[in-house]
Amino acid sequence: MIYFAQARDVTGIKGEEFRLDLKSIVKDALSKAFEAHPKLSALESSLKVALNEEITREDAELKDGDRVALLPPVVGG
Amino acid sequence: MEDDAGGIVLFVGTIRNQTDGRRVKGLEYQVYRRMARREIAKLEEEIRKRWPVKSITLVHREGKLKVGDVSIVVAVSAPHRGEAFDAARYAIDRIKDSFPIWKREKFKGGRYAWVKGTPIQSHSSSVPKVGGPETRVRGIVRRRTRSLVEA
Repeated sequence: MIYFAQARDVTGIKGEEFRLDLKSIVKDALSKAFEAHPKLSALESSLKVALNEEITREDAELKDGDRVALLPPVVGG
Repeated sequence: MEDDAGGIVLFVGTIRNQTDGRRVKGLEYQVYRRMARREIAKLEEEIRKRWPVKSITLVHREGKLKVGDVSIVVAVSAPHRGEAFDAARYAIDRIKDSFPIWKREKFKGGRYAWVKGTPIQSHSSSVPKVGGPETRVRGIVRRRTRSLVEA
């Protein structure tokens, strides 16, 4: 799980690994993150989620080594 | 520069000294590099589908920048100026709302605040091959890099 911007601020880390059961989905990984970092819940409604660098749905299936990233609202330029 | 290009549009974005009347001392960009590289490739492919551009260069900085520093460069060449302006404008707008980039402003006293963003837009799910023959430069460049250009 990779954290950016405000999500990195509230977790205090760039990222971490979670152990999940076989056939877990993105939502399961998110639950782990929100459990580990209750302060993330304040951001929850604004977050988009990427799976291996693509915007994903919460019901997407995970496999070993997948990267899930929490993306707060973006602004480049 | 190709012989069949009639113009180049160059956009250079710089760090402003104020936001909503508040003095800004600097900016810090955070970038999801791995994803940003894919998004750059997607954006280039999309632009090439929409306009007959010859070459495209997109560079975005990462890390801490001072007021007046260059944060982004978009350069597009095309047979005619209209196409070059349109494609360059599209590129900068997309980089603002659909790239995994975040910035926070540094105010007097060293306080930082994240700039309010928009939920990242997903424009395309296909992942084109990185690196067309006519793309000169692309990438995310760190503050400490001397040159603005990453080969």
